[in-house]
Amino acid sequence: MKAEGYSAMHEFWGNLRSIPNHVYRAVFRGGPPKTDRTRSSFIFGNVFLHLHSVRTHLWSLRWSTTMGLGIMTTAAFLITLVTGILLMFYYKPYTDVAYQSIKDIHFIVPTGRLIRNIHRWAANLMVVAVILHMARAFYTASYRKPREFNWFIGWGLLVTTLGLSFTGYLLPWDQLAYWAITIGANIAQSPREITDAIGITSWFDIGGLQREILLGSDRVGAEALIRFYLLHVMLLPLMLAGLMAVHFWRIRKDGGLAKPEHADERVIDEAKEFYPVFTDVPNKTYHLAAVVKGKTPQVGSGPEHTVPSMPHLFYAELGVLMLTTLICVGLAFMSDAPLKELANPMVPENPAKAPWYFLGLQEIVSFSAFMGGIGIPMLCIVGLGLIPFLDREKKGTGEWFGGPGGWKLVKWSMVFGFGVSIAVEAFAIRFGWLREWLPDIPQMIITFVNPGTVITLCFAIYSIWSVRRYNSTRAGALALFTCFLCGFIVLTVIGTYFRGPNWNFYWSPADWGGH
Amino acid sequence: MTTHPTEKRSRFDPEPIARRDFLGLAALGSMFAAFALSLLGMLKLPKAAVSASPAKKFNVTLPDTLADGEAFIPPGRNVAVFRDAQGVYAISTICTHLGCIVKTSAAGFDCPCHGSGFQKDGAVRKGPAPKPLPWLKVSLNGSVLTIDEESTVKSGTKV
Repeated sequence: MKAEGYSAMHEFWGNLRSIPNHVYRAVFRGGPPKTDRTRSSFIFGNVFLHLHSVRTHLWSLRWSTTMGLGIMTTAAFLITLVTGILLMFYYKPYTDVAYQSIKDIHFIVPTGRLIRNIHRWAANLMVVAVILHMARAFYTASYRKPREFNWFIGWGLLVTTLGLSFTGYLLPWDQLAYWAITIGANIAQSPREITDAIGITSWFDIGGLQREILLGSDRVGAEALIRFYLLHVMLLPLMLAGLMAVHFWRIRKDGGLAKPEHADERVIDEAKEFYPVFTDVPNKTYHLAAVVKGKTPQVGSGPEHTVPSMPHLFYAELGVLMLTTLICVGLAFMSDAPLKELANPMVPENPAKAPWYFLGLQEIVSFSAFMGGIGIPMLCIVGLGLIPFLDREKKGTGEWFGGPGGWKLVKWSMVFGFGVSIAVEAFAIRFGWLREWLPDIPQMIITFVNPGTVITLCFAIYSIWSVRRYNSTRAGALALFTCFLCGFIVLTVIGTYFRGPNWNFYWSPADWGGH
Repeated sequence: MTTHPTEKRSRFDPEPIARRDFLGLAALGSMFAAFALSLLGMLKLPKAAVSASPAKKFNVTLPDTLADGEAFIPPGRNVAVFRDAQGVYAISTICTHLGCIVKTSAAGFDCPCHGSGFQKDGAVRKGPAPKPLPWLKVSLNGSVLTIDEESTVKSGTKV
């Protein structure tokens, strides 16, 4: 029975009037995030935000803990995602029109040029940020138990990011793209250098198979373009997004960012600002916390020295996102993404250079295709993935350059890493290598003894020496990682600035001359 | 395990393998088997049975003015054709290092990408190339040459 004087019509008008209000409340159930409780529900009630924990430790919010590099990588990815989708409106992945469609984007499509430039700069920034982020996680020893698996996921994200860059490089179908991909695909084929040398290529041609699957043909053509397009806009972004979700989730499940042992005491001054911890006592507790067995690091520890993630963490993240956008848009206004002449399979670009982050590889590839393109990179990639399992020490977790040796060891490793790679490179550039002296030398010897492998061997010996010197596996890891970072920088700089036509050494691109 | 036929099994007796466990395992096993099989099938997809590429055999007529040891590059082909007193021969101009196109030079061939150098007969002179430039099969048909980019012949084979 309805109450006296009830009018359905009256209620209908009332409902109609309050639609905006009710829709708002249906979507944002917790109300504005003004108290600790609504701030919490703001996060745990939202499928995207709940990748974050509700409260964040003050240590994690310090700028020096992460430098915002992970968020910067994410932000760069989001920017490439948005700009990439926009570019897909006009890009046509067919060899006869691909180049023209990029030209259209550049010259005709409104804002097309800017969007493409932003896409290019964000992609570059993403590579830089992901490498720096990895270095941060390494130098703060954040890969240790229980974070081994998350380091592993991060490793997958690095490889996927490089894959995205590589596949994106072909799409403009200009000379730069065509020859970089020709070289890249032939690197995939370079295990033939070994199989040829031992004479088994006719029945075990892993190199040829890799190249064929990558290109879908025996040359860089229409099949390769559509394959790279598919990988670039579909497969790899999906993979990246999936890995990112796991990566973020695991940060939370592994107890937030890695903190040093006495992090609580070290943030005590900052914590005073946030006293008392709660503005209103929550009327519900996390019942799960009582059930979960004690492996999760947060179980059993109180909320001290943590602050609500909304707004403290989110606003910091938003700041990094805005900064990243600013950098990308700024660079996009200043410098255009390159576009050379239409791809010509008859005449290679001279010099034919890959994107800058692969030029270190290209530098060692110029000594041996297999070792430079597959052997040494594989060693680095596998070594990087295994770091958390090889260094299982406890000391120094969460500290910059934590662990035996510390900053001093890193400093000397930098000297050693830069020194060795510059010296070996300078020697090879000045005096040549084995084949210049002994023209009939078997290929096998060059494959295994070339500047790339010599540098690698020096680094390996130095890091074993460091393990013994400090009697610590972490010291060895610090030495090796630092050396490889230095080697990467040296080789990349040489490949980028000091190699010209015929991959000859030039002090400056101004000396290249006409070709 | 044998049970006496007359002895009724109680429902409280443990089964050799619980029925639900068996069904569950069967479901799980078939799922993994189906997954593995379909994955194998999908892995076959990216490698085409027939490669989409233009014909590797082509005909060419050398110009009469071609001098001894001077390279003739048929249009659109990565091949250098030579003629000298002993006959005609063709050398691939695809660098054996990483597939750039070599240019003929006074010393033989030079690769612009990573500085490999080859002698006039295709043998490696310098740089990272692991193998000599291959000689290609040439068949003579009057004045028309048929060159097959897919079949290589021993260095020094002239027709």
